[in-house]
Amino acid sequence: MDFAPIWLTLKLACITTLLLLAIGLPVAWWLSKGRSFFKIIIEAVITMPLVLPPSVLGFYLLLAFSPQHGVGKWLQQIFNIQFVFSFQGLVLASVIYSMPFMLGPIKSALQQLPVSLSQASYSLGKSRWQTFVRVLLPNIKPSLLTAVVLTFAHTLGEFGVVLMIGGNIPNVTRVASIAVYDSVEQMDYHAANVYSFILFAITFVLVTAVFIFNKYQLKSPLE
Amino acid sequence: MICIDIEKKIKTYQGQQVLKVSGEFATGSIVNIHGPSGAGKTTFLKIVAGFIQPERGNIVVNNSVWLDTDSKISLSPQKRMVGFVFQDYALFPNMTVKEHLKYATADNVWIKRLLEIGKLETLTTHKPLYLSGGQQQRLAILRALATKPQLLLMDEPFSALDPENKTALINQLKLVFNELGTTVFMVSHNPQELDELVAGAVNSSALFIK
Repeated sequence: MDFAPIWLTLKLACITTLLLLAIGLPVAWWLSKGRSFFKIIIEAVITMPLVLPPSVLGFYLLLAFSPQHGVGKWLQQIFNIQFVFSFQGLVLASVIYSMPFMLGPIKSALQQLPVSLSQASYSLGKSRWQTFVRVLLPNIKPSLLTAVVLTFAHTLGEFGVVLMIGGNIPNVTRVASIAVYDSVEQMDYHAANVYSFILFAITFVLVTAVFIFNKYQLKSPLE
Repeated sequence: MICIDIEKKIKTYQGQQVLKVSGEFATGSIVNIHGPSGAGKTTFLKIVAGFIQPERGNIVVNNSVWLDTDSKISLSPQKRMVGFVFQDYALFPNMTVKEHLKYATADNVWIKRLLEIGKLETLTTHKPLYLSGGQQQRLAILRALATKPQLLLMDEPFSALDPENKTALINQLKLVFNELGTTVFMVSHNPQELDELVAGAVNSSALFIK
């Protein structure tokens, strides 16, 4: 039994989640403050992977990063980076595909915090950064956890996008969801079952853990 | 001396109106801000604190220009550093009573004194969720005083306190205001708490916002 697809999937999900956390926090903060036409457009673009067929996103990424032309050619020539049929391509596609799952919960949570919390902090002489780290972030912990787990779990379950841009190269782009499909194609139902069960179990444990943690967080101990 | 002259368009249930406030107030005075609901009392306090920008106006506090729209000067809230007691308290849910004060100041002697003033010495490790409404309100006042502000803005600051606690706290606060030379702007609908705060004050005045 080859467990490489499972490890590759976990590696991809970890890297994607960490990258999205770094990108998502400042972007969600920016989006949560005020409204402008520009912000609405950016938010719409970020949210589109939620409703767009994954194969469409994968197709455009395949075109954009093809080493034969455009951005892909330029990246290949200048930096010797190839996004198509490579692990870094999977990471890029996953970051784009899972972005709404990281940004959505964080942005909503920041928007729901009363504006007076930031104002109180500013009046104590604290900078925006100090306020963000010491006041805002600690008070959105449940949403932050939800965002991290949803992003991780969603990346585990990617199929269409990774198949389009990564293909099915063992140890490079053959993640668990593709291994399931490939095993079924080859009539190897046992392998498909093992991969499927592992994905199912990980996702179930993660999502249940979030529900338990958030229930505990939100419940007042005085009740 | 604090000189204020501002104009700000505000939306009310009667449609858009212009909030116009002007006045001069002696340093160390207690200023009662009163007026009907929705007149813009809270907006006025937030303009003074620097949270909201008015369309036009000047604010000069003890010879320092905080706002001059003609010269495009507007100090940030961080530079104005007023003490602000919010109507909704705006306590930080993640911080204990002591952490609120430590976040505002590193002066441990002052923190100890504030805790005594607010009678919160036994609750230092409690987060706002575990405090009563009155205790939360007292913590909001203590946090606003933690930076020893020259100007303290209070929006209905005693509404959740019982009469006994209120009188005791007001007496303590008056001592602090005298020590620090703090000028106080207070929105209140309660004439009794106002009388108590103003009694014995060197200067007091009223500002009606209509």
